[in-house]
Amino acid sequence: MTRADIVGIQTITRKETHRIFRIWIQTILPSVMTQTLYFIIFGGLIGSRLGNVGGTSYIAFLVPGLVMMSAITNSFSNVVSSFFGAKFQKSIEEILVSPMKPWAMLTGYLSGGVVRGVVVGFAVFLVSAFFTPMHIAHPFSFFYFLLITCVIFSAFGFFNGMFAKKFDDVGLIPTFVLTPLTYLGGVFYSITLLPPFWRTVSYANPIVYMIDGFRYGFSDISSAPVLTNAIILLLVAAVAIAIDLHLLKKGFGLRS
Amino acid sequence: MSIALSINNLEKTYATGTKALKGVSFNVEEGELFALLGANGAGKTTLIGILTGLVKKTGGTATVFGIDLDKEPEKVRSMIGVVPQEFNFSIWEKVIDIVVDAAGYYGIPKKIATPRAEQILKELGLWEKRNATSRTLSGGMKRRLLIARALVHQPKLLLLDEPSAGVDVELRREMWLFVQKLNAEGTTIILTTHYLEEAERLCKNVVLIKEGVIAEQGNIKELMAKTGAQSLEDFYLSVNKRV
Repeated sequence: MTRADIVGIQTITRKETHRIFRIWIQTILPSVMTQTLYFIIFGGLIGSRLGNVGGTSYIAFLVPGLVMMSAITNSFSNVVSSFFGAKFQKSIEEILVSPMKPWAMLTGYLSGGVVRGVVVGFAVFLVSAFFTPMHIAHPFSFFYFLLITCVIFSAFGFFNGMFAKKFDDVGLIPTFVLTPLTYLGGVFYSITLLPPFWRTVSYANPIVYMIDGFRYGFSDISSAPVLTNAIILLLVAAVAIAIDLHLLKKGFGLRS
Repeated sequence: MSIALSINNLEKTYATGTKALKGVSFNVEEGELFALLGANGAGKTTLIGILTGLVKKTGGTATVFGIDLDKEPEKVRSMIGVVPQEFNFSIWEKVIDIVVDAAGYYGIPKKIATPRAEQILKELGLWEKRNATSRTLSGGMKRRLLIARALVHQPKLLLLDEPSAGVDVELRREMWLFVQKLNAEGTTIILTTHYLEEAERLCKNVVLIKEGVIAEQGNIKELMAKTGAQSLEDFYLSVNKRV
C-alpha cells in the first residue's frame, strides 16, 4: 500500500462521510424515527404484555435486533445509492480515469457504508436508552459484529450498484431480499423459539449470525456459539469483497 | 524531441459488433499541441477512452512517455489529464470539492491540492464560484471546471475532447489562450474539436480519423498545400467526401 493509495481511500471516505452528514435528514433521521416507533409500539406497548424472552425483557431483547437492522439497511443503501448515483451521473469516471487501484476504490466506498451503518446504529442505540437501561455485556463482540455486518452489507450494496442499470434495480434487493431476511433473522424473536425445521432453515440466513452475535455482545444472550458466528461472518465478508474486487478489476458495468 | 504518445495498430470492437477503431497508428511528440479530428462516430472519443481506461481496447498497443498502457495502466493514467465531452462531475458537489477530490484520486493530499485548486480556479475565473454547487454553474463555467479538474494533478499529457463545444465566442478565445499557455509551459495536448478553425489556429499536426481508420495525418499546412485547400475546413471536407 502506497501513500497515494491511502490518500485515495481517504478522499472517497471523506467525500462519502461528508455526503452522509450533508443530507442527514435522508441518511440518518429516517432509521432513527422508524426504530423509535418500533421501540414504542413493539417494545413499550406490546412488549410490556409479553413475558421475558431469553431471560430478559422483550424490549431489551429487541434493542440489539433493531440496532442491527438499522446498520444493515443503512450500510447497504449508502453504498448502492452513492455508487449507482456516481455511475448514473458519470462522476464515477473521475475515479476510473485516475491511477487509483480497484481495491483502494472499493475500500473507500465500503468505508462510507460502514460509517453510515455505525453512525445510524449508534443513534438507534442511544435512543434505546429512553426505553431500557443501556448495557454492553461484551464490548469486543458488540463492536466486532456491528463492524463486520456493516462491511458485509456495504459489499453487497457495492455489488448491487455495479449491476444496477436503472433506479428500479437499486430498490429490488432491499425490498425482496434484504427486508425479508432481516425480519426473519431474529430481530423480533429468538431463533430458539422456532420449530426445529424452521430453526434449521433460519441458519441459512447470514443475518441470523449477525443479530445473534451482536445480541451476545449486547446482553449475553446467544442461540449459537459466538465464535462460530464470528468466523462464518468473516468468511461471508471475505467472499463478498473478493467478488466485488473481481468485478471491479474486470470493469464490470464501468468500462466498455 | 521524445515521443509523448505512441499508438500502434489500435483496435476496438464493441460487444455490439461495432468496429470503432480498425488499426490506428500515430505518434505525438512531447510538447506538441496536436489535433485529432473526425466526424461524429469516427472513433476519436473511443481512442481517448482507451488511453484513459474507460474503454478496453481489443487490439494494438499504446505507450505514453514510453510507458506501456498494458503493463502499467495506473502509471499511464497518472500522467494523463482528460477533459471529457460530457459534464461528468457530481451536480451536488461544490466546485472546490470537485477539484480537490479529483487530486485525491491521484494520491495528492488535500493540503497540497487545495492551494493548487485555488490557483487553477483563479486562472480559469472560477474562484468566486468555489463554494457554489456545480449544477448552478453556466455551461461555460462547467467546461472550465472540467479543465480545472483535469489539471489539478499536473498531467504531462492533456486530452481535450471537444472542450469548446457549446461555448460562446469570447470564452472560446479565452480558452484558446489558456490552452496555448499550458502548451507553452510544457504540457503535451491532444485536442479533438469540430471547430476546425480552432484546430488550424492552435495545432501544428493533425490526425484525421474516418470510420475508425486514419484518413490523413501530418502537418496541417503541408496537408492543405498538398490538396490546394484554402483552410483546414476545406481540407477536412475534401477528405470526408472521399469514398
